[in-house]
Amino acid sequence: MISRIVAIALAALALVPFALPSQSLVSLAFLAVVAALLGTGWNIAGGFGGLTSFGHAIFFGVGAYATALLQARHGLSPWLGLPVGAMLGGLIGWLIGVAAFRAGLRGSYFALVTLAFAEAFRVIANSLDYTGGGLGILIPLRPGLSSFQFADRRTSYALALALLAVALAVSAWLRRSRFGARLAAVRESEDAARALGIEPLHVKAAALALSGAITATGGVLYTQTYLYIDPTIAFGPERSVEMLLVAMVGGAGTVLGPLLGALVLQGITEGSRALSTTPGVAPMLYGLVLLAVVGLLPGGIVRLLRGRAA
Amino acid sequence: MTLEIVAAALVGGLLTGGVYALVALGLTLIYGVLHIVNFAHGSLLMVAMFAAWLLFARFHIDPYASLPLVTLVMFAFGWVLYRFVIARISRGEDRAILLATLGIAVVLDNAALVLFTGDVRTAETAWSFAMVEAGPLLLPAAKLVSFGVALALGCALWLLMTATDTGRAIRAVAHEPEGARLVGIRPARTFALAYGIGTGCLGAAACLLLPSFYVSPQIGHVFVLVAFTIVVLGGMGSFPGAVVGALLLGVVESLGGLLLGESLGPIGVSLSFIAVLLLRPQGLFGARA
Repeated sequence: MISRIVAIALAALALVPFALPSQSLVSLAFLAVVAALLGTGWNIAGGFGGLTSFGHAIFFGVGAYATALLQARHGLSPWLGLPVGAMLGGLIGWLIGVAAFRAGLRGSYFALVTLAFAEAFRVIANSLDYTGGGLGILIPLRPGLSSFQFADRRTSYALALALLAVALAVSAWLRRSRFGARLAAVRESEDAARALGIEPLHVKAAALALSGAITATGGVLYTQTYLYIDPTIAFGPERSVEMLLVAMVGGAGTVLGPLLGALVLQGITEGSRALSTTPGVAPMLYGLVLLAVVGLLPGGIVRLLRGRAA
Repeated sequence: MTLEIVAAALVGGLLTGGVYALVALGLTLIYGVLHIVNFAHGSLLMVAMFAAWLLFARFHIDPYASLPLVTLVMFAFGWVLYRFVIARISRGEDRAILLATLGIAVVLDNAALVLFTGDVRTAETAWSFAMVEAGPLLLPAAKLVSFGVALALGCALWLLMTATDTGRAIRAVAHEPEGARLVGIRPARTFALAYGIGTGCLGAAACLLLPSFYVSPQIGHVFVLVAFTIVVLGGMGSFPGAVVGALLLGVVESLGGLLLGESLGPIGVSLSFIAVLLLRPQGLFGARA
């Protein structure tokens, strides 16, 4: 019941930016929604599947580079970037999943292998001429619906909300569907799941693929808004950590957790910016919040709203 | 490409590998005893490097001279960090430990950014540019010193673990915490001790690195993947494995840079890490995965 009230309150809150006069305030709302979208993507593997990834920037970066390369190198419509990016994110998620889970990697080892893949992607993007090397790719400014670029930030914001709604719908489906039940069974005990005829390898690889596809859409949207991508923005460790933080702080394995986490972290960013402009203050506070949540509130902020028993 | 260039790259790689060994020994000790993946390892090295750099820049103490002090300070820092942060937060859960060490890394990296800004700093001592002639090769003196001291410290660590009561207690707790408790060893104290020793190794590594390397708040990222690659390559928890893995990775990195160029070269590290994890997760020497 409380989660329904929270959901309605959040939906109402989501409409506020449309009435805001200032583009910069809308930009902040856009960033919060993109963070929530990425966190929701991470949460499908990391929360519902228990597959703690330290390298989800792989998928963000793949989506980002997919849309940038389609336009800058092949002259294709950036609207193709969304499906192509999502498909590539899903495919790469599936491939990494099959490779890692076939080798029996789990827990910390899985976290490390995702980190290493993200670093390999970063080095490759940094050294190929095709991806623009360390300079990255600048997408030519051509505002208009056909070029997927919007002069009014509210349009980008609306698109981000739509993608977030899809991601949240997938999360909600995971809680009710047979696939979600299989994933939960595998997360709790692979041996018990196998005894029920569930193949853990397939279920986990599929969860990583789904998670990768959703995370990639965040990368596409980010790139279409800022019209620039480079290897560190795309594949750097900060990106991976941010997604993990959003989901863990809000509540891993819950539908609304990443959304609440994104709002809290965005609030910390803006609050600390008001107090101090020294770089590093906001991320340092994120780290402290992560420690506090892991230590004091293992279920995340969502648990706080529902009471300790839930 | 002449034979001399390849030989120089090989020797250079081995020398770099010596310092990597010291970073990796601490990590493998912490994994072997506490069974935790210490994600804060790179950031703790960064803290130690800033400590050594501060002593150099403010008080003109040569990093080689401050090595014992920095090692002791880092030991104490690691001990406190484990006792009052990691142990309290994690309650023994694997995922909570992983996230706690990640959180510590994020806090330390950004605290350094706040205190020291993102500037790259160096400590140029008499050792920084000195060269030693060995046959046809010119070897950097700082790297020779760090290689020698790193190997000596590696041996000392091995002696500590095999020949002293403290080492026996640590190994007993690593193997069977309940059994160790029955014979009068306190696992909680021993865990903090092992974490402290692992962090102390970083103090020594930092002082050895400083004359030939640079310091910045992000320096931990450079080493964290390298250290994990070495530890996984050598087998998590294995001391000889960490040393051999470090020398091997130093060579891989150096040859990668030579053959693939400066921008694509670093991929050697992440690819060997992925290959070892996927094909032989128990490492080259490890029996227990």
